[in-house]
Amino acid sequence: MSEHTGNGSGPEGARERRIRTGGIELCVAELGDASLPTVVLVHGYPDSKEVWSEVAERLSDRFHVVLYDVRGCGRSTAPKPLRGGFTLEKLTDDFLAVADAVSPDAPVHLVGHDWGSVQAWEFATVARTEGRIASFTSISGPSLDHLALWFRKRAARPTPRRMAQLLGQGARSWYVYLLHTPGLPEAAWRGPLGRQWPKMLARAEKLPVSGYPTASLPADAAHGAWLYRDNILARLRRPRTDAYAHVPVQLITPTGDAYLSERLYDDLEQWAPGLVRRNLAAKHWVPRTRPDQVAAWIAEFATAQQEGARPRESAPAKPYARWFAGRLVLVTGAASGIGRATAFAFAEAGARVVAVDRDPEGAARTADMARLIGAPEAWGECTDVSDEQAMEKLAAKVAAEHGVVDVLVNNAGIGVAGSFMDTTAEDWRKTLDVNLWGVIHGCRLFGKQMAERGQGGHIVNTASAAAFQPSRGLPAYSTSKAAVLMLSECLRAELAGQGIGVSAICPGIVNTPITGATHFAGASEEEQRRRRTKAGRAYGRRNYPPEKVAEAVLRAVVRNQAVVPVTPEAHGLRFMSRFAPWAQRALARIEPPL
Amino acid sequence: MAMTSAVPRGSTPRETNSELQGFREVQRLAYDCAEAVAAQLGPGVTEREAARMQREWLRGRGVRDWFHLPFAWFGDRTAFAGFRVPLQFFPTDRPLEPGMPFILDMAPVHRGFTADIGYSGCLGPNPLHDRLLADLGEHRELVLREVRERRSLREIYEDVDRLMVRQGYANRHRAYPFGVIAHKVGRVRERRWSPHVFGFGTRALRGLASDALHGHREGWSPLWSPYRFSDHPPRPGLWAVEPHLGFRGTGAKFEELLVVTDSRDPEESAFWLDDDLPHVRRRQEERAA
Repeated sequence: MSEHTGNGSGPEGARERRIRTGGIELCVAELGDASLPTVVLVHGYPDSKEVWSEVAERLSDRFHVVLYDVRGCGRSTAPKPLRGGFTLEKLTDDFLAVADAVSPDAPVHLVGHDWGSVQAWEFATVARTEGRIASFTSISGPSLDHLALWFRKRAARPTPRRMAQLLGQGARSWYVYLLHTPGLPEAAWRGPLGRQWPKMLARAEKLPVSGYPTASLPADAAHGAWLYRDNILARLRRPRTDAYAHVPVQLITPTGDAYLSERLYDDLEQWAPGLVRRNLAAKHWVPRTRPDQVAAWIAEFATAQQEGARPRESAPAKPYARWFAGRLVLVTGAASGIGRATAFAFAEAGARVVAVDRDPEGAARTADMARLIGAPEAWGECTDVSDEQAMEKLAAKVAAEHGVVDVLVNNAGIGVAGSFMDTTAEDWRKTLDVNLWGVIHGCRLFGKQMAERGQGGHIVNTASAAAFQPSRGLPAYSTSKAAVLMLSECLRAELAGQGIGVSAICPGIVNTPITGATHFAGASEEEQRRRRTKAGRAYGRRNYPPEKVAEAVLRAVVRNQAVVPVTPEAHGLRFMSRFAPWAQRALARIEPPL
Repeated sequence: MAMTSAVPRGSTPRETNSELQGFREVQRLAYDCAEAVAAQLGPGVTEREAARMQREWLRGRGVRDWFHLPFAWFGDRTAFAGFRVPLQFFPTDRPLEPGMPFILDMAPVHRGFTADIGYSGCLGPNPLHDRLLADLGEHRELVLREVRERRSLREIYEDVDRLMVRQGYANRHRAYPFGVIAHKVGRVRERRWSPHVFGFGTRALRGLASDALHGHREGWSPLWSPYRFSDHPPRPGLWAVEPHLGFRGTGAKFEELLVVTDSRDPEESAFWLDDDLPHVRRRQEERAA
């Protein structure tokens, strides 16, 4: 048995106690003020309560956090005999014993990961726990009853799509079959598998190297095999058909989970009315790899139930809310055009938004409107992206006041037109300072914070269709945007291993105020004005709305796309750049009609 | 003859006070109708029903002819979300839900005087909608100021566009036929039979067409659009001005008559026909608060 305090992975300053129930002893750890609302964290397989240590620490300032080792795991004792000792009924007894001991008067907020969530679904759907649970957050663990009915529904009317879903989950469950073989799993866990497991987790699941898993792993895993043997077949054969949740449920789905298909939760609203969905681009062990976001969502959901209010967006759930609710998004060039539309799109999905622009009024206005359409918090910041010191100051301020940025959108840019011979050195400097150096500063400063945190993130850079279409009319602009495109691709390669995605957006001709501020090199003041008006009208006639570009930005983040042309002409040019570059060169020679 | 300028050339507005009074009365009548219908709207009422309520309310008060039949838009249809063909302007069976914005738009002809009004409201509190209405007030001031400066209609249109962009909104009047922010209205001769096609009264359309014909010869247009044919100073007469803001599925507009004269005095050269309208009172209350 491990001594969990002192090995660096257990929660610091936890108070431990032992609770006797049903012939076994459970090891329970508590953090935080016991008068605060109680959150009970239940671990999975093959884990012990230490899997929660990072999340527990982050919750302990606002909640009374309780963790316990499930029977047979960590420092809890195992039932004798093992067979029949791990049924969901007995696990429910354990939970009730813990809940009664740690929070006799008030219902607890329940959180389960993996098998902890499988058990917790049982707790949240059986009648005898009514009044003891205030809310339930499920991570990577479906109800066995729902699972059985999910399989049956697909097997009963096997359309090709349903068959694919069925076979997909069947293949992901390979380890479940292995765990049903007698003796073998125990031998493997107590032998080589138990020794190799930490390394395998670090490699395959990208778990940060820390004191986890603990030394009790071989015993935990060997005992835990009975969780499967005692419950899976029994429940799959005779599922309960009344497994409706009697508490509000939040579902956190890691979309890169190797063991559970996202499709498992397709029908979940039928079992848990008012279900709140949250998605994370991560693998299975999110309590270890994404503790910040998991803790934030648990806290937000529990607090909302505590206050008796329905979560904000529960009425008609916005399509991207499950991805971006509560996440921190920073957009540069957010006072107008694509930047502003992007800030609004993230706000609508419930993200916290930092709107950065040179124009303080515009940025403040964006933040103002963002709050009106669903951003829980939004701030306007006046910063010139080309100013290195100002950007450093901004990065430090944002990190200190709001935390590490989850999604960074480097969008600020200026338009410069005119032939190469007309473009002065000063024009070049100005263009590259904003369009390229602005992106570099953003990626360097905020990307670094993301990488150091080690919990993923995403960077979106606004390039342009001009990045792959040469032209005699826009040499400086096209050069700066081509550089942004290549920078994004390089950075994407570098950050891929750290779970940080990088996307380059190539919008095309979009109706934004960029034309009104474009500098036409080598033209007189009068001529500048005339050309701006003319270009503005042309863009107005094209009338491609920046909102559609914003939509593409959100989609690019969700799908982690590398290069995203947006308008049809951008798609066309991208296609030409691959298959008919000669045609692009011919196009480039045409004198622009302004 | 069907449609003449309310204020003939070379005259001061005072000479036509009785005429303006006629327009003012029908505009009030239309706004009364909008307020009465808006008060009856509740969850489950459909756009068709709301349009019928407006029609019946006005018919009951003597309206027999229309510049256009009443429209009603609910929810994201107030921002013309996904509108591609003009038929989508017509009322549908979409029911009103709590928190939904709505717009009632009607253009009755009463005793030969035309009104064309737009009324924006919301079923229950909606802070975003309140913000849109407050911001529309700036457009009302901008239009009047620039008309008095005798700026070209096309330029004013673009300035309104710029203000919308600065406020963070999308221009939704671009979705109207010819993308107009305003159009001329005038007197319509009363006949016993007043047919309409596609929701528009034929007599009023005839007036608009004859204005368009005259304008085409003289270099102006009764349609106030972003296009070259609107690149002329404001033409004396009555203009139904209808700036329409859209913001991510929420839309708001007002529509009311602007009187343009050829007086040299800026105050007299252009003024809103009536300043005692719901959206104007609302703005005054907000400022007082």
